[in-house]
Amino acid sequence: MPLLEAAGIKKIFGKLTALDGAALTVGENEFHGLIGPNGSGKSTLMKCIAGAEVPTQGKVSFVNTDITAFTPTERARAGMSLKFQITSVLPSLTLYDNILLALQAQSSLFDLVFSRTRGALHDQVMTMLRQFRLADRAFDAAAALSHGQQQWLEIAMALAGKPKLLLLDEPTGGMSLEERRVTGELLQPIKQHCSLVIVEHDLDFIRDICDRLTVLDQGRVLASGTVSEIQANPSVQEIYLRRA
Amino acid sequence: MLKPMSVVRQAIVADASDEMDGAMAEGAAAGQAKDRVKAGRRVLPIVEGVVLVAALLAPLVLQDYLTVFATRVIILALFALSFDLVWGYAGIMSFGQALFFGSAGYGVALLARDLDITNILLVLPAGTIIGLTFALLLGGFLLLGRHPSSVIFVSLGTLTGSYAADRLARGWYYLGGQNGIPSIAPMTLGGYEFTEGPSFYYLVLGILVVVYLLCRFLVRSQFGLALAGLRENEQRIAFFGYKAQHLKAIIFTIGGGVAGLAGSLYAFHEGFVWPNMVGVVVSTQVVLYVLFGGSGTLIGAVIGAVIVEGVSFWLSDNYRDIWPIILGLLLLLVILFRPLGLISFVLGERERVGSFGAAAREKRNAAP
Repeated sequence: MPLLEAAGIKKIFGKLTALDGAALTVGENEFHGLIGPNGSGKSTLMKCIAGAEVPTQGKVSFVNTDITAFTPTERARAGMSLKFQITSVLPSLTLYDNILLALQAQSSLFDLVFSRTRGALHDQVMTMLRQFRLADRAFDAAAALSHGQQQWLEIAMALAGKPKLLLLDEPTGGMSLEERRVTGELLQPIKQHCSLVIVEHDLDFIRDICDRLTVLDQGRVLASGTVSEIQANPSVQEIYLRRA
Repeated sequence: MLKPMSVVRQAIVADASDEMDGAMAEGAAAGQAKDRVKAGRRVLPIVEGVVLVAALLAPLVLQDYLTVFATRVIILALFALSFDLVWGYAGIMSFGQALFFGSAGYGVALLARDLDITNILLVLPAGTIIGLTFALLLGGFLLLGRHPSSVIFVSLGTLTGSYAADRLARGWYYLGGQNGIPSIAPMTLGGYEFTEGPSFYYLVLGILVVVYLLCRFLVRSQFGLALAGLRENEQRIAFFGYKAQHLKAIIFTIGGGVAGLAGSLYAFHEGFVWPNMVGVVVSTQVVLYVLFGGSGTLIGAVIGAVIVEGVSFWLSDNYRDIWPIILGLLLLLVILFRPLGLISFVLGERERVGSFGAAAREKRNAAP
């Protein structure tokens, strides 16, 4: 049984049909790349899965539960996490507090008011910061980080709640080559406990990190399969050549 | 307070760098961190201390009629705290805060008039509960939808609530109509009556200090961190799994309770309540206090109330005809050039926002 199954997703904005029966299936501990030309509906499909948009039609199942009508909060509590395309770390808070904010999301109100989980979460906060090479800046405001570091912080925050599925929308956008390489390294270890859906323009990055790919074109699935299958697929080659 | 906090922070920073991969970065990072710690969390306790000392000494130097005025200002400062919690900390634009202030005022006035209940141990909790209840009802309606409600919906909703309450009070004979309820009996404790003057002043100041400390405890807790997230990016924290609407409704209700406490003190201090007290004018007044002093800091709200009321008082004495215009210009200048309020002259952004996770005291104490 797959971890995530989105089927027949249709999303219409006014006169624009952004998704026209798109589908996505992700298994456990699978890194799944979602690629396609600009405007093919990648981000919209991500948003429909994460709950930022409600699909006009179709069904999203997660861990055998129909979550199509779930709010983002309910999805997060079911084990799904999203890193936005636009970095949305909380700039005036310190890195430490950004991570703590993500970690304590499911603490009870009583625990929050009396700060009862603050001590227990300290080690986890520092581990996350170390894992993403940010520990030495723990008490800087997040606004002071470079763009690449803000992306890492954001990934760390998205992972803090130990999700079963992490949705990454363009994690390497605006990063240098070196930062991209490091991002790939940082993501590898999470495979042991988490699946990943990743939208990315950098096809080399996608190829290195993903097990399977789904190619979208004009709101529909053009092809889906392992990386080598997709690379050998003539229609995929065609859309990329056509737009290149 | 100041010292142990920074010690803990240094310890944690040192801890962070100890376990860092590169040993070379260790010294430099710890050094930088120490500088930052030195720069942080310094000004706020000083400002708080100065304000407290000034408030304690005020009745000793002020003439009697000014002590009465100062008491009113302290009550309004308590009211300002309620709005600051809601707007400055949780980002909920309430244009109807007077609804909770005034309804509690009317409530205790009715208790005194119709049931002869003036015992402070009954009327103040009653006023607080009235404020809480009204805020829970209105906040539940405005904030607890399945999806987050827009800022404009909440601000218009609270504004409408306040306006409707004003009209209702004006038209309802039982509440005294336009004239409100005059000659409320003084608050009592045993045989003692709290009348205008130093005893009422110190009572109100004591209550303000207690409420202030409770608010400070709340906004510096992990709950305060959740509020900071709510204020900065509500959608983001919903994706972490926070029940953002619940958090908002809770802080809105607490704010209503504080406003209710202030309103009941105001009713007994002035000796009467009138429809304006629940209306839009007073609702706007409290917004101005907090914007002027500095939203998102508790002391900013207090300072804002004191300065706006103090300047109005002085201006109305000296420039009888044009003082509202001067006051309006002053407020505009501050809001245009100091959007974070007067407190931002002395308080940096980092300290205003503060840190929440730094005090892992239990862990520190437990370590050998």
